[in-house]
Amino acid sequence: MKIALVEYGAGNLPSVERALSHIGVESLRASTSQALVDCDALILPGVGHFGALMRSLGERALVAPLREAVSRGTPLLGICLGLQAMFAKSDEAPGDAGLALFPQKVSALPPADRLPHMGWNQLRRSRPSRLLEGVPEDAYFYFAHSYAALDAGEAGVAFCDHCTSFVAVLERKNVFATQFHPEKSGPVGAQILSNFVRQSGAKG
Amino acid sequence: MSLAHRIIPCLDTDGERVVKGVNFVNLRDAGDPAALAARYNIEGADELVVLDIAASRDHRPTFLETIRRVAAELAIPLTAGGGVANVDDGRAILRAGADKLTVNTAAIRNPALLTALAAEFGSQAVVLAIDAKRVGNRWEAFVRGGSVPTGMDAVVWARHGVECGAGEILITSMDKDGTRSGFDCPLTAAISRAVSIPVIASGGADTPETFLEVFREGSADAALAASIFHDSIQGLGALKRYLGENGIAVRQTG
Repeated sequence: MKIALVEYGAGNLPSVERALSHIGVESLRASTSQALVDCDALILPGVGHFGALMRSLGERALVAPLREAVSRGTPLLGICLGLQAMFAKSDEAPGDAGLALFPQKVSALPPADRLPHMGWNQLRRSRPSRLLEGVPEDAYFYFAHSYAALDAGEAGVAFCDHCTSFVAVLERKNVFATQFHPEKSGPVGAQILSNFVRQSGAKG
Repeated sequence: MSLAHRIIPCLDTDGERVVKGVNFVNLRDAGDPAALAARYNIEGADELVVLDIAASRDHRPTFLETIRRVAAELAIPLTAGGGVANVDDGRAILRAGADKLTVNTAAIRNPALLTALAAEFGSQAVVLAIDAKRVGNRWEAFVRGGSVPTGMDAVVWARHGVECGAGEILITSMDKDGTRSGFDCPLTAAISRAVSIPVIASGGADTPETFLEVFREGSADAALAASIFHDSIQGLGALKRYLGENGIAVRQTG
């Protein structure tokens, strides 16, 4: 099975590659539309700025191919900014369109607590989750962000509370995403990546 | 459900080896950074900081290699810094595998550096490190590894640093650093009150009680320590169990 990390000139690819390698999964990098076709599963990692990410994807002509890969049924895992990119738009870059796999928007977290939301936090599960299978209810995950999707309709399967309630895990068919960084979340993060890989195998 | 207080081991290096000293002087060798990183990753550290305290231009490639070696051992976040003077330095550190970078001396000389780093990498990747020392009835910020006074009030500088784009503050008490006499709770609390971003307390770590104090009285979001962990004076697991039993939200591991 070929798992490809979408390479767009930013993001923290080496740490995701390392985390996959630790669970025995080799990955490759995809930076062209053809590479997105030639793989069995895709991971969209992300750190930084919503607008910068979308513009980088645009410059590499990867926006439509990513959407097409999802339509074909290729499993996709978005991480942190990679989750946010799946939405239609973001407060962080009002002029830049997202991948719009979800019609809702990404909002600036209201400054009710310290921001950025930085560190380890727990989840509140609202629906059965394939990514969270075998993960203890009280597990902590590593977050580092100031923006979040507050609503993802039926796709929101787990939420986190900091400043307000926001989507921490979303799943819909072959689309998966986490607002936290599984590659930085110790053993429970590795479990999430394993679950994604297993889902991808079941799919392909 | 709430954000856990973080416990952060810190590796002060000469670029290549972990070193330690009291009040920034009398440095001695304390081991291999990658070996210590591997140990802390397993023992339940919430994050790791690796600093190049020599921060000489000649040794920069060596330090970047150290960051790569340390990052390879971790499934937790890594912060690295020491001598970051411009956006290119920051990029090199993040490319080597760090998730966040610390900036200190160069930011005081040129606060716009914080803005440039935040614009390039996001505020969440920019940690403003402040070395502060009690002078009269306030704390003064020092630079160049604590050797040069700036005349600037540390609390005022922290607030300005946030306006410029810092996403987190690492406040080190020079009075407490290396003394094992407890964190500087008044300093940490003053910084914490002044800003709305997370604050990491550093300097003076000793018993589990000193950590409890800095979380309760210093309002720290995270606490950093070096020698008590390197010398196995304090285990991470036991420390976190103690904090948990005393009502502090921590990520229990193992």
